Formats: sequence, C-alpha cells, structure tokens
Amino acid sequence: MSALTQSAPAAAQSDAAPEKELRPPSYWPFVVPALVVVLAIIIFPWVFTIWMSLNEWKVGAPTTFVGISNYLRLTSDPRFLEAVGHTMVYTVLSVVLPLILGTLSAVVFHQKFAGRGFLRGIFIMPMMATPVAIALVWTMMFHPQLGVLNYLLSLVGIPAQLWVFHPATVIPSLVLVETWQWTPLVMLIVLGGLAAIPTEPYESAQIDGASFWQVFRFITLPLIMPFLFIAGMIRMIDAVKSFDIIFAITQGGPGSASETINIYLYSVAFTYYDLGYGSAIAVVFFLLIVALAAVMLYARQRMLWTEIARGA
Amino acid sequence: MTPSQFKPSQIEPSQINPSQINLRQIVGQIGLWLSVLVIVSPAILFFLWMASLSLKFEVDNAAYPPVFIPEHFAWKNYADVLASNRFLTYFVNSLIVTGSATALALLVGVPAGYGIARMAAHKSAIVILIARITPGLSYLIPLFLLFQWLGLLGTLVPQIIIHLVVTVPIVIWIMIGYFETTPMELEEAALIDGAGRWQVFRHVALPIARPGIAVAFILAVIFSWNNFVFGIVLAGRETRTLPVAVYNMISFDQLSWGPLAAAALIVTFPVLLLTVLAQRQIVAGLTAGAVKGG
Repeated sequence: MSALTQSAPAAAQSDAAPEKELRPPSYWPFVVPALVVVLAIIIFPWVFTIWMSLNEWKVGAPTTFVGISNYLRLTSDPRFLEAVGHTMVYTVLSVVLPLILGTLSAVVFHQKFAGRGFLRGIFIMPMMATPVAIALVWTMMFHPQLGVLNYLLSLVGIPAQLWVFHPATVIPSLVLVETWQWTPLVMLIVLGGLAAIPTEPYESAQIDGASFWQVFRFITLPLIMPFLFIAGMIRMIDAVKSFDIIFAITQGGPGSASETINIYLYSVAFTYYDLGYGSAIAVVFFLLIVALAAVMLYARQRMLWTEIARGA
Repeated sequence: MTPSQFKPSQIEPSQINPSQINLRQIVGQIGLWLSVLVIVSPAILFFLWMASLSLKFEVDNAAYPPVFIPEHFAWKNYADVLASNRFLTYFVNSLIVTGSATALALLVGVPAGYGIARMAAHKSAIVILIARITPGLSYLIPLFLLFQWLGLLGTLVPQIIIHLVVTVPIVIWIMIGYFETTPMELEEAALIDGAGRWQVFRHVALPIARPGIAVAFILAVIFSWNNFVFGIVLAGRETRTLPVAVYNMISFDQLSWGPLAAAALIVTFPVLLLTVLAQRQIVAGLTAGAVKGG
C-alpha cells in the first residue's frame, strides 16, 4: 500500500509536466490506491462468493463443483422461504413507520425554536449509538416481569405483553426498536427537503386562505416527495439488511419467529459452516435487495408519469 | 414555508386586533414546544433509563414498580466493568481497529474522492453504491476463508481490513461530494504556475477540504466503532472489540442488569458524546451521503 501511495505523486508529476496544455486525465494516480483496496475487499469477495455458491463448500471438507444445485436447494428450503416472509413483513413496517414519524418530526424541526441544534443532536442519538448496546437495554425493557415497558402499559390499563418472547409479537417489537433507531435518518433527509422548498407557493396559499392541513397535503407533501422517496429507498435497503438489533435481541427466536434472511444467512454460514449454501443465500439476498430497489424506482417513475398525464 | 410563517401579521396587520395575535402566537408556541417534547422524549427517556439501569443495585433493578432514581447509586457497576482486565483489552482492541481502519480509509479515500470529483467519473461511484447495498455478511464468507488461509485469524489484522468495507466507501463518498463543491480556480491557477497535480492536491485542495475530511473522519469512526457483525465472526477471545464483548456479556450475566447496562453505556458513550458535540458535521455528512445515495 505504501509503495502505491508513494508512486502515485511521481506518476502524476511525470505525465503532467510534458503535456501541460493538453490537460491529460492524470487524476488516475489519486484513485489507484483506493481502487486496489476496493478490488480486494469489495470486488474480490463478490466474485469469490459467486464462485463459492456454485460449490459444495463446507469448512473442513473437500469442495466439489455442484453447479446451481445450491440455488435449487433454496427454492425448497422451508426455513429460507419463511425467512423471506419475515424479512418482508419486517421491512415494510420498518420503512413505513419511520417515514411517517420522520416526516412529522421534520415538520417540527423545520420551525425555529431555541436550542434547535442541540435538540436535533439529541434526536439523532438513537441512530448513532452502538446498536448492540441499545439492543441490550431494549432487551431489559422488553422483559415481561421486570421490564419498564409492561409497567408503562399497566399505567394506561393495557395488559402485560410478552414482546420479543412471543412469536406473534416479536417482529412488531423489533420493528419498534428499528423505528426508534432510524426515524432520525428519515427526519434529516426530509428536513433537507423542507429547507429546499421555495416560499412562493406558501405565499399564494396564504392569500387563498388554505388551512394548515391543505398546505401540508397539497404543497409540502408533493414538494418533499423526492426526498421521501430517497429516504424510503435507504430505509428499505437498511431494513432488509438489519442484523445487529435482531441478532442481539432474539437471534431469530423464539423458535425461528424473527429469523430474517440475514439471520438465517449467518446461521448457515457461521453456525453450520455451510459456506457454499451460505454464498448462494448471499447472492439471492443481494439480488432481492436490487429487485426491491428497482420496483421502488419503477413505482416512482409510474407515479411521476401519471402526475404529468394528469397535468399536475 | 411553515406554520410559523402564517403569522396573522403578514396578512393585514391593520385589520387584526393585537391581543388576538398574541394569543395565537402563544398557543402556537406552546403547541410547538409540546411537539418538540413529544418527538425528542423517546430518545431522552431511553438514554436516561439506560443510565438509571446502570446506576442501580440489583434490588432496585428487580423492583416493581420500577425505580427511576434509586436511593443509593451503584457506582460500583462502572468500577467493576472498568476494573476487569479484559474490558481494557477490548477497549484497546476497539481503538486499534477503528483507528487503523479510519486512518487507512482517509489515506486512500481522500485522494480517491479528489480524483473522482476532478475527473467527473461519476460512474465509478456505482461500486460504492453496490458496497452500500451489499449485506455485510456476504463480505465475511470469502474474507473469512482468505484470512484463515493466510493464518491471520487470532490477530486484529482481519478486523482492521474488513472494517475498511465500512470506512472506505464513507470516506470516498463524502470526499467526492466535498471536492465537487470546492472552487477550481485556485487549483487551475496553481497548475498554470507550474505546480504538479500532486502539489496542487497537497497544498491547495487538501487544506480547503479540511471540513469535509472532518465529516468523513467522524462518520467513519462512529460506524466502525459501532460495527458488530464483523467482530462476532472474526474476533477470538483476545481480539474482541467492545460491541462483541458486550454481546458476549449478555450470555454470561443474564441477570445482573446493572453492570451490563454500565458496560453498554461505556461502549456507546464516546459515540453519543461525539454525536452531540459534532451534530452539525454529522447531519451535513449524513444528508449529503443520503441525498446523493438515492
């Protein structure tokens, strides 16, 4: 690495000197060290993962080329299919809830009030804090007998819940943590959108006597739509991949009630050390995320076109 | 722009009775502060409760109804965690892994961001998008084998290398964005005066980019420090980073909540402090990255 960074300036100077007037594209030497790193830690793992997914590859056993049989095995693996279902439910909830709450929070943070910067710092603490540390405290709060959440529920007359300790409530409970953690990111993105809105539409709405809700629905919302879309996309990518919170709180349990694709991938690869099959899951998982992103992009395009068609 | 802009005074100042304005403004202010309170309280209450758990003896942590502020603070929870030999080792491990991964990422990422921005090679950023989309575990499988083959497991090197997966894309991404906004005029002037590209970068572009580097540094440190998934696979008993160490404490001390919460707070405290102190840079970095990320 050090050799590369040292040779970079020399190369830059030598070809800059003779052809100064031509402005040769001599910025490449700046990129080369990073390119080497990216090749080694991002591209190489990808290529190797694809190769491994075509092999029967277990730690401590000889590897054999098996073609696409790992992929075929996925289609009839009930645990994988179940994990896909869990991932979908978890993802949809973990996109929609932070989007709604984040937008509302952004509208509030867009106002001027004393200590706004400091309070914004507090507000984003959940997303910056170490996920495992957070997960640990949530686990204590979810505790059915000693946890503070059931105590809070009892104050408003709601019976005690089992939270992450019951198959029916485990995913919503984890979504609660995920929403608490990631609403701030949506807020920040939407806040950026609100800051970019021109004031003219609001002035005319004011003259027309529009209500607060009408202003939000017909002016603010359409104008921040691009930002909401980006926030939704990022949230989708992160929610599908969510690992730390689920692993630290439930490890996919009880039973396999909260086992998402990522958690299952971990078990296959690093509990059973079935690396070939794990690689196939990783490839399909990646393609699934890309497909979801593509569907969202397509839906967004369709929305734009219908808006244009309507003359909006 | 916002409800606060709909001050009645902007409509027709002369037609409105001044006491009405005041009342409406006061109601608006109260409503605003109530909403601020509502949206900030989940974060505040959570971290206060975390602090409370970490400062209580077991009796208080097992009490029902729960005790928020105990009569006696259990400072010994912190003392116990800090006094254990291992915890210091893990702290040093975290410092080494995060420090090295961030330093290396800045070393290669800042020039790369500069080069990509100046060449306007935006397509190369697709690699970074792919890195953003890829689940961390898919890097782990091949790199785990590679490290095993190289005989590096059991040292901190695998973790430093794999943390580059987190830090390098962050640094490159933020630096591309930053260098695109810095003025070209100075650099062009320096080039005409006969400076080489490297000299221009070193003496003109780099000093101007210092705020951008600060943002990249802060975010790389935080996301590397918080990383958990790479550690659980690659760390051995002696090479755990703090998040992995805390996770392993859960299985050991299932029932002693005080020390566990204290450990959790110690792990995340540096990050929380950084968040509040550098919230301006963090917000700038996250929104720039996010908005461009779409």
